[in-house]
Amino acid sequence: MDYRFETPADVSTRLRDVDYLSDEAIAGVVFLADRLGKPILVEGPAGTGKTQLAKSVAEILGARLIRLQCYEGLDESKALYEWNYKKQLLRIQAERNSDSSWEDIETDIFSDEFLLTRPLLEAILAEDPVVLLIDEVDRVEVETEALLLEILSDYQVSIPELGTIAARQIPMVFLTSNNTRELSEALKRRCLFLHIDYPDMEREKEIVLTKIPEITESLADQVARIVRSIRQLELKKSPSVSETLDWARTLLLLGVDSVTEADAIETLNILLKYQSDITKASKELQGDSGAKRPGVPRTS
Amino acid sequence: MLELLSGFIVELRAAGLPVSLTENLDAMEAITHIPIENRSAFKYALAATLVKNNSHWRAFETVFEVYFSLRGSEYSLGGGGDDLPEITEDDEAPMNPDAGGAGAGGAGEAMSPEQMAEMLFQAMRNGDDGLMRALARQAVTRFAGMEPGRPVGGTYYLYRTLRNLDLDGVLERLMEEAQEQSSSPLTQLEERLERDEFESRIDRMKKEIEAEIRRRLVADRGVEAMAKTLRKPLPEDVDFMHANREELVSLRKAMYPLTRKLAVRLARKRRHGRKGPLDFRATVRQSLSYGGVPADPRFRYPRPSKPEIFVVADISGSVAAFARFTLQLVYAISGQFSRVRSFVFIDGIDEVTRFFEGVEDISVAIHRVNTEADVVWVDGHSDYGHAFEVFWEKYGREISPKTTVLILGDARNNYHASQSWVIKEMSKKARHVYWLNPEPKAYWDTGDSIVSDYGAHTDGVFECRNLRQLEKFVDILE
Repeated sequence: MDYRFETPADVSTRLRDVDYLSDEAIAGVVFLADRLGKPILVEGPAGTGKTQLAKSVAEILGARLIRLQCYEGLDESKALYEWNYKKQLLRIQAERNSDSSWEDIETDIFSDEFLLTRPLLEAILAEDPVVLLIDEVDRVEVETEALLLEILSDYQVSIPELGTIAARQIPMVFLTSNNTRELSEALKRRCLFLHIDYPDMEREKEIVLTKIPEITESLADQVARIVRSIRQLELKKSPSVSETLDWARTLLLLGVDSVTEADAIETLNILLKYQSDITKASKELQGDSGAKRPGVPRTS
Repeated sequence: MLELLSGFIVELRAAGLPVSLTENLDAMEAITHIPIENRSAFKYALAATLVKNNSHWRAFETVFEVYFSLRGSEYSLGGGGDDLPEITEDDEAPMNPDAGGAGAGGAGEAMSPEQMAEMLFQAMRNGDDGLMRALARQAVTRFAGMEPGRPVGGTYYLYRTLRNLDLDGVLERLMEEAQEQSSSPLTQLEERLERDEFESRIDRMKKEIEAEIRRRLVADRGVEAMAKTLRKPLPEDVDFMHANREELVSLRKAMYPLTRKLAVRLARKRRHGRKGPLDFRATVRQSLSYGGVPADPRFRYPRPSKPEIFVVADISGSVAAFARFTLQLVYAISGQFSRVRSFVFIDGIDEVTRFFEGVEDISVAIHRVNTEADVVWVDGHSDYGHAFEVFWEKYGREISPKTTVLILGDARNNYHASQSWVIKEMSKKARHVYWLNPEPKAYWDTGDSIVSDYGAHTDGVFECRNLRQLEKFVDILE
């Protein structure tokens, strides 16, 4: 079988070409997933580019992205396949007058023609290269997770009426999770694990520069520094990368070329989404002259 | 190689990481695919296959450093410069023009402390990684005073080295210089950003020193012994009562995702738990599409009543940390209860619900509880008996069959009267009374602990020493 990537560095450069800045861990795991033919479970805070990673990988591979958005109550008829009952009924009705036997009809109505493929089956059946993205897998119930196990370990789907359908090629599979609950051991065991955290300052700056080409280097630098500073506070929700980008765009629109305290505080509501966080951050940004350090635990 | 790796995995398991056989095999396969001379790729390959939970990352990293750092060059895994400090040092020191004479003699032991401090300052100012590494090595040689075979932990050496380097002083100097260099005085914001930058550099320096000490200790004592001394409990296993400062910080970090998880789980349980009674009207209506046959019975949406929670917490010194975490947890999921009221006591008791009302940040409220609540009656030593008596007198009649009472404490009563009749009366009125004890089970009823006296009247006494146990308890809370 041909491998998709030569080295981890190759992954990294090709991702960079589509404006996705990876780090060593990301590139390494994507590379391994390709080599080992295993799915990747991507975990991390919201807005750090988990879904984007799958999209970017699809883009560099020239593959079709098949996305399964998970939600509570997802079942196999939405995730795997479903029989087209209406069409089957019509077929039976149409046969009523002719004298074909029930066996004929039965084999007929349980054939590919009456099968509605859902994302997972579609990924298995695909002839062209595909990337399968199972988004927010932590939203389904533990029991539903079991649906995924067969496809994740053997890349096959069993349909009682048709038998087992094996994949024609092993697709790249990404699962994302916001970690709202512990995923089952069985699922974790089948995947490579990748935790994407907030990027460090250097990488964040680069991301800002790549995504917003008009921005000046010094402003991007300042933005990244301030965001790092804010993330050190104990907040309900730290600013994510996408919020950093929004903020940088806002500053650009306002014609700011060097962020002052006043600018920062006025536009904080773009970075932070809770009133208590905003109050805390603006107090920290203008308040004390470093006597009390952020992040240092209060001794009680 | 294989041997080293299996030793590594045994150590990971010993550190508490659940590594299954399949994962082990995956790891073996994974490393055949990566270029073996690339140390960080090697590390990520192992991490991706062996570590499936982000909070285990730190434990993994420590074990990895121990197993694969010094041996790096020997097994040609360590392409990184960190295994060859001699070369780095010679390369880097002269390259730094500011270091002047100090740089020339950099490799030697002759460097005076002042010169060393100067070099340190330069390295910090320029964020020069190579120089930092070289300095870390120098500093450890010079200040840590490490002797072979001495049974002292790494922290001791770390402390000695850091004390001599005076990194705080360096930080101040860096800040002063930054002030001087800028044309106009720095604004608050600029100053803050500068400081953040320097602090992150100093953090890097500390990490270098730590790594250096660890490398030497491994060389001295051997891998397994070292891994054993460095073994630390995972965040969810950290004991509340004996957590050190650093562990408390990591606990607090683990706390937030945990509360979110629990809230989601409880909400789900409520929605899916039981089916309500038959909804006749909806069933008949649905039957129309089946020609009047009630093929698809409909049920009324279940609306289980939400319990009211009373938290009664001992906040005397020994168990304060535990009370703090439990209160935080209960309030974080308070949306799942119709009402939460909290009381804290030492030998007097006070209601602290008011501190939590309308506060978004729970940690602020808890801070106020610790500083403002009126909990001392006589001498500030735990007196469960008196506290319970007063509680019963003042608030007892507000306990209803919808109330669940949580009592937090180690029941170390300093030999006062137990007044356990209060608990008995309480459990007659309340829906449930639970007792959470942060002490290990083996210590219960030893010395002045009288947990069984009280426990006999409750619906259950639970050992609750770490986040894992606390999480488990919340599941039965309904």
